[in-house]
Amino acid sequence: MDLAFLAASAIKIFVFTFLITLPMIAYSTYAERRVSAILQDRVGPNRVGIPLTLFGGKKDWSFFGLLQPLADGLKGLLKEDFTPAYVRKSYYWMAPALTAVPAFITVCVIPFGSEITIFGETIKLVIADIGVGPLFIFAVASLSVYGITIAGWASNSKYPFFGGVRSCAQMISYEIALGLSIVPVLMVFGQLNLSDIVNEQARNGWLIFPAWGDGLNLGRWLLVIPLAISFFIFTVSIFAETNRMPFDLPECETELVGGYHTEYSSMKFALFFMGEYAAMIVGSALIVTVFFGGWSLGFGLDAKFLMDEAGNWKAWAGLVHLGAFLTKVVAFIVFFIWVRWTVPRFRYDQLMKLGWVVFFELALVNIFLTAGIMWWISR
Amino acid sequence: MPSIAFYIFSLIAVTGAVALVAFRNPVSSAMAMTGSFIGLAALFVGLNAYFVGIIQILVYAGAIMVLFLFIIMLLDLKSEERSKPQPLMLAACLVIPILFLVQLTGVLQSTKDEPHKPLNLVASAKHFERAEGEQETIIHQNLAKEELPDVHLIGLTLFTRYNFPLQVVGVLLLVATIGVVSLSKRGSDRPAKPSTDS
Repeated sequence: MDLAFLAASAIKIFVFTFLITLPMIAYSTYAERRVSAILQDRVGPNRVGIPLTLFGGKKDWSFFGLLQPLADGLKGLLKEDFTPAYVRKSYYWMAPALTAVPAFITVCVIPFGSEITIFGETIKLVIADIGVGPLFIFAVASLSVYGITIAGWASNSKYPFFGGVRSCAQMISYEIALGLSIVPVLMVFGQLNLSDIVNEQARNGWLIFPAWGDGLNLGRWLLVIPLAISFFIFTVSIFAETNRMPFDLPECETELVGGYHTEYSSMKFALFFMGEYAAMIVGSALIVTVFFGGWSLGFGLDAKFLMDEAGNWKAWAGLVHLGAFLTKVVAFIVFFIWVRWTVPRFRYDQLMKLGWVVFFELALVNIFLTAGIMWWISR
Repeated sequence: MPSIAFYIFSLIAVTGAVALVAFRNPVSSAMAMTGSFIGLAALFVGLNAYFVGIIQILVYAGAIMVLFLFIIMLLDLKSEERSKPQPLMLAACLVIPILFLVQLTGVLQSTKDEPHKPLNLVASAKHFERAEGEQETIIHQNLAKEELPDVHLIGLTLFTRYNFPLQVVGVLLLVATIGVVSLSKRGSDRPAKPSTDS
């Protein structure tokens, strides 16, 4: 545990959480509103910018409304923080933090890039490179259900309580599908270290698109069938886990007013949304890391341009990889938003049926299918 | 000397356990228990048992305690908050921990207090058993890099040496699940349908 390691970790925590994830959350809300506006043939928020006319300028700079998230954050902080009289106070205050914190903790095992070399020190672009990556994310993400459930219960009113109970049942149900659907992936890789999983994909082809390296053989392409099923179940379950449309029953406006956050105002309300968007970003990052090669450029480009002759990454390779990773994650976030404004909301019994009757069985059968194909290949 | 993290997380675990007993409100107790589990999981991680620690959170804090909380909230236990502890129960609750404490002191007295030696992982990589003609597995590679592949080691031990007990436990859980499903089905069908079908 030397000083360089500690300093590097502190810098990584600061950069990945405060300079990458938090701005991404802020601009996801902006993207949500702009993309929904495009889909519904509206304009969306396009005004907030620098008000130069206040200082005697000719014209305001609006930058397509890119400063909107700042204005929203400021509004959240300045609005009256109203605590209803009949709530259970301590839990009412704790709940928003309990929703937001787990989502941020999970950021620490996501590999944002390969490695960069500064002053002769090679630094891996992941905060904690542990051997149980996906399990860590599932475990910590499963704690965020407390925030929503406690919020519903502490509000001491009917609709929030329904929202809390719904979210509780929903998250427990879809955790099973989520956990089972990733088992075939882990069987193919044979390990749980997310950095090593991405390295493997950079060399031998992305998990569901193995078009270079050792991935170019019949057996590996046959495995794409169960892995594509895995990908489908996993992605849909992430939608349910993050309470996003079409599975946002816990905050279903038409039935429950606002669900678990009905009684919340100002920044506490905003914290729930920060938690939701952070969970969405980590979910996208996990999908990209596991199925789409994480930070790797793909198509054998990593080995060609970013490695020296000895097979080590070049000093600045990590920055290119960081860019590739963030591009993929942003693409997935836009996909999440696109789905929200395209697919109508499920009914609650349909949601439960989908989780327990379809996905649970499909994921189980998929494990056997993968095992069968792997056995056939190794024969 | 154990690191400072050990003291922090044991404090969390012990505080959670004490709060679990002390709180009158069942929901507070459940939350305190969750905190205790998280402290315990962190202690496991501190012992390099990442898998056990993560499973502790995933299964106990993330699933079982959520269900507890769920049920407590739905039951709305008002009487529990008002009831006073009975002296006999209190006595029983005191005797058992004291017995355990005496046993613990006995064990601690009889073992020598010396710092444990760090594992030599590189050396163990050479000696780790491998099948006839088999290449280096991930276990060997991780050990050579001085990382403890605890997930792989647990998996290997469970599915080779203890395969049969594992299958038996799996069957046991399956039977319990089917039993619960059939019991809950029978209960809900009775008032609606007369017993014409079996």
